[in-house]
Amino acid sequence: MSVELTIDDRAVHVEDGSTILDACKQLGVETPTLCFLESLTPVNACRVCVVELEGSRALVPSCARRAETGMVVRTDSPRVRHSRKMVLEFLASSVDLSTAPEAQRYCRRYGADPRRYGTDAATVEQPVKIDNALYVRDYAKCILCYKCVEACGTDAQNTFAIAVAGRGFGAGISTEYDVPLPESACVYCGNCIGVCPTGALMFSSEHELRQRGQWKEERQKKTDTICSYCGVGCTLTLHVQDNAIVKVTSPIEDDVTSGHLCIKGRFGYQYVQNRPPEDDSPA
Amino acid sequence: MDLHFTSATASADERAVVDGALAGKLNGDGRMRRHLLLPVLHAVQDRFGWIGPGALNYVSESLGVAPADVYGVATFYASLKTAPGAARMVYVCDDIACMNAGAEALCAALESSSDSWSRSPCLGLCDRAPAVLIETAGASTSATAIAPATPALDPQTSRPTQVGGSARRLLRRIGRTDPQSLEAYRADGGYAALFKALELQPGGVIAEVIAANLLGRGGAAFPTGRKLKAVANAPAYPHYLVCNADESEPGTFKDRMLMEEDPFAVVEAMTIAAYAIGCRQAYIYIRGEYPQAAQRIGHAIAQARAAGLLGDDVLGSGMGLEIELRRGAGAYICGEETALFNSIEGKRGEPRNKPPFPVENGLFGKPTVVNNVETLANLPLIVTEGGVQFARVGTPGSTGTRLFCLSGAVTIPGLYEVPHGTTLGALIELAGGIAPGRRLAAILLGGAAGTIVTPDALSMPLTFEDARAAGATLGSGVVMLFDDRVDLRAILRRIAEFFRDESCGQCVPCRVGTVRQSEALQRLCCNGDPMQRARDISLLGEIGTAMRDASICGLGQTAANAIESAIRNLGLFAAESNS
Repeated sequence: MSVELTIDDRAVHVEDGSTILDACKQLGVETPTLCFLESLTPVNACRVCVVELEGSRALVPSCARRAETGMVVRTDSPRVRHSRKMVLEFLASSVDLSTAPEAQRYCRRYGADPRRYGTDAATVEQPVKIDNALYVRDYAKCILCYKCVEACGTDAQNTFAIAVAGRGFGAGISTEYDVPLPESACVYCGNCIGVCPTGALMFSSEHELRQRGQWKEERQKKTDTICSYCGVGCTLTLHVQDNAIVKVTSPIEDDVTSGHLCIKGRFGYQYVQNRPPEDDSPA
Repeated sequence: MDLHFTSATASADERAVVDGALAGKLNGDGRMRRHLLLPVLHAVQDRFGWIGPGALNYVSESLGVAPADVYGVATFYASLKTAPGAARMVYVCDDIACMNAGAEALCAALESSSDSWSRSPCLGLCDRAPAVLIETAGASTSATAIAPATPALDPQTSRPTQVGGSARRLLRRIGRTDPQSLEAYRADGGYAALFKALELQPGGVIAEVIAANLLGRGGAAFPTGRKLKAVANAPAYPHYLVCNADESEPGTFKDRMLMEEDPFAVVEAMTIAAYAIGCRQAYIYIRGEYPQAAQRIGHAIAQARAAGLLGDDVLGSGMGLEIELRRGAGAYICGEETALFNSIEGKRGEPRNKPPFPVENGLFGKPTVVNNVETLANLPLIVTEGGVQFARVGTPGSTGTRLFCLSGAVTIPGLYEVPHGTTLGALIELAGGIAPGRRLAAILLGGAAGTIVTPDALSMPLTFEDARAAGATLGSGVVMLFDDRVDLRAILRRIAEFFRDESCGQCVPCRVGTVRQSEALQRLCCNGDPMQRARDISLLGEIGTAMRDASICGLGQTAANAIESAIRNLGLFAAESNS
């Protein structure tokens, strides 16, 4: 079964059950997304992917809305551009997007100008949380996309160490009573880092290099390998800078992992780079 | 599920309260326990005044819900505390009706007293402003509303709500029938409609509601008969009925009055609706700030059950129905129907994306009819007199009567029932007109999510269609009058703060947009620079458009309505920005 809809005056056929975003992709219409990830249930919270749907009073989130036969969709109308720009301005004026290159790119594309909300505009600025050796949580960079909660929960890890707590502008990602991670249910799989779109969740190694001004992505080499710890066969992507592993990810399209790993694959890499003391790398 | 807990353990008292709240309810699959979360958190809050880490761990363990998840739910609700505080809390309503009636003086008096207190959004006592709600946690928990309140916080200053109107149909029993007596209710014609409904059969009931052309009174004006029919015919079971009694729209108190003063009518109306759609388990979700409504409805459900009007076999008809009362916990957003479902299911009260709509995928993912109290309260009338007869009241497009909550600068604030089509001016005259010696400056119609109109609107007939044509809404029936001494800019600022505080935070346009709207209004009220003012007015328009277009639910979509309408209709800020 397939459905036929019209996007920006072009007809497109997609499989039944596809979303408007799927249909946009098929047509090569680039749609900004922040809270969407192929491996997670859509929460349609960021609203940056909204499109205009004929007959619908409000704009609709393309990431979650099922495509239906006869739909007439506009992805670049003045209303769509306005809402996307405003959403990006709202985020850029309240959240530190300095380590979110995608969001920055969208801001440029839609002409978002966060400065017009003034210097007194409320932000989510807060101290970075460093309470364990493996990763840091900098919620001043959090856009509340819910991805980490989903990855920690039923979409991947089923650990449930974190949830959205509080309400409104004060809502944030938290453990129970905001206890440090070592007291929480966290198992350090790092899957929250893997899905974070803004660098709010970051390997300690990356955080420390950035603090020292030594994080140089252009000097990094990515090498895919298979994790050697168990028989599952997860693909690891080793991010190597100056001959030292600085981060480990897994490709989202990998059949085995869908981008997710466990603590050993994600963080247990030191054994491949133990060197005599005189060769100790800065990482 | 393997859950991990911090070292905090519950005291014997805490365990007893949790066990007591869950007694007899833990049947079946562990995965089906989550819906008990809010009631058990309420029980802990009521007893200890807060939810401590040990109690939270024990709740989590008992329900099989992770502690972080429970914490996320608890921190969603303003009435649930996750830090220790005083057992006795005084909540002062400083919302739009009360702020012009002495709320600040109450706050000042409380600040210099030894009472623990905090500000509160609208408590639904606007007709007798200023209002307070006093909650006391402990072995014998209590909640008392005082309106009007004085700094002495003496409950004796409270008065009842005035009730009037030109056609008292929904309000006919108020003041004449004991709301706590099933016998009195039946002697006054109560439950005749249920007998009639059982004769009509479900299809007959739905046909009458469709013939009546009853439109929902919650603000969206959806045809009730269509909802009933869709769920009655839905192939998936069980079918649920939810009565939305989370009335929290600032300025609104109609559903509170129906529940407090005619609770059996609400229970009977729910029974008829449940019968029509084949529902065996219904819920009524009453906002946490309405202790008396919850008490009266709880009593009515128990009485009806004891008399065989609820239970396994209602009136020997073979129909089984239980009604469960759920209490909200301080979250306006839970009046949004899908947020309300999530709240009942034990989740954070965040709205869901629609579609799918509740009639197909509602409470627990099942076909659900959700209507507010006033809408359902029309069902006994429709069944008794027939849909065609019902539709003779009002106008063809807006049948029946409508409840209006009059407050502010009106001579006799209160709850008024008039046929649809009555003009706004005539409605206000029923309440004695504008308060003596005052000049009417503006009227808030429909609530904080409604519109601010000028006195020119007095000739407008109160119907869905006339309101729509005038770019206004009847919303939840709010008619709040402001005289020329009221600082309307302060009213707008409070409305903006209301939405900022009540946004659930799920979607960006509403979570940040309501903050930016509030900031822009704050600047407009304080900043004299004409260039900056013009920029801020234009910015407000841009923010409002994005919230309306891109927010997930009605809260964000309407959060700019009153502000934009005031700027448009009253020219507020305009003179200054042009100077």
